[in-house]
Amino acid sequence: MVRAEWAIFEEDFWAINNVLEDLRKSSKAGNVMLIDRTGQLVSHCGPDVGFDLTSFASLCAADFEANYQLARLIGEKDFSTLYHQGAKDSMFLGKIAKGVVLVVLFDKSTTLGLVRLRVRHAVAELDKIIEGLYDKLEYRNEEYDTFDETFTREVEAEIDSLFAD
Amino acid sequence: MSLINYSSREINCKVVYYGPGLGGKTTNIQYVYEKLAPETKGKLVTLATEMDRTLFFDFLPLELGEVKGFKTRFHLYTVPGQVYYNASRKLILRGVDGIVFVADSSEARFDANIEALYNLHDNLKEYDLSLDQIPFVMQWNKRDVPDAIPVSELVEELNPEGYEHFEGIAVKGVGVFDTLKCVAKQILRQLQTT
Repeated sequence: MVRAEWAIFEEDFWAINNVLEDLRKSSKAGNVMLIDRTGQLVSHCGPDVGFDLTSFASLCAADFEANYQLARLIGEKDFSTLYHQGAKDSMFLGKIAKGVVLVVLFDKSTTLGLVRLRVRHAVAELDKIIEGLYDKLEYRNEEYDTFDETFTREVEAEIDSLFAD
Repeated sequence: MSLINYSSREINCKVVYYGPGLGGKTTNIQYVYEKLAPETKGKLVTLATEMDRTLFFDFLPLELGEVKGFKTRFHLYTVPGQVYYNASRKLILRGVDGIVFVADSSEARFDANIEALYNLHDNLKEYDLSLDQIPFVMQWNKRDVPDAIPVSELVEELNPEGYEHFEGIAVKGVGVFDTLKCVAKQILRQLQTT
């Protein structure tokens, strides 16, 4: 039986997606993403970004983590939001419960003020979902019996075939 | 911190290559990147200095085929080897699922191996982790250098606990896949038995 340190269940995934989609529309942003602190993309809302989302997620998490360490160095608990301004496109990052990071990509068709305002509401909702999800992990992991011994063996065979010399 | 997404049906795991500076961590993942088929790998991201030393990290995502409808992904990271980049090393360890320690077999770098290993213990402690809790594999890299220390001595000094270990010549690909396969399988087994 697999017990991940954290897992996204179907219903939570859609709850998260709804919040992200609402945020995207109400803030007039282009793309909205949720990334965990290890740099794994949890969810993405918006049109095709045209770049490598996996790398983007890993760099966002590293960016947030580096800034967290900077905050600690200057005596702050953390920086709850980060803003990167570009000539055309900008990024706004916000901290969610359990080290999850919300990333909003937006252009000149909206303003930082509107994005910041809408992010504040979205963060509160996402906090609740993520906290609830961790509570659920206490028992829901055991409902999933997909990941039995056979599963592990089959994935191991995949590993062998991927790394065949 | 492995993440299972039941909706997109993905399992994501994080592997970190640790070790002394210029020991071959980046070379390991560069070899993996070069040898794997395009559909199984993502972009290799390197945050390096002008001298090609890793400044922050290298990153390579790998994807296995579907099993029971689930895709398994491994995200490979290297840390900068130099001591003065410890803050970066520490933060890359956050949420790690498995560690590969790439040791430099050269006698001249023996102390650097010990220092890096102690540093790994210290940095894990800050996340309330220890090597006994997470999948850990050692690689004795650069077996082809003239002043290579015998493997038995490396094991005695650096691996008295008897973690799984492999000899490597990462520039030629020797031991690279064996090491990665070993840590990946350990991660899976731990996922199943946690």
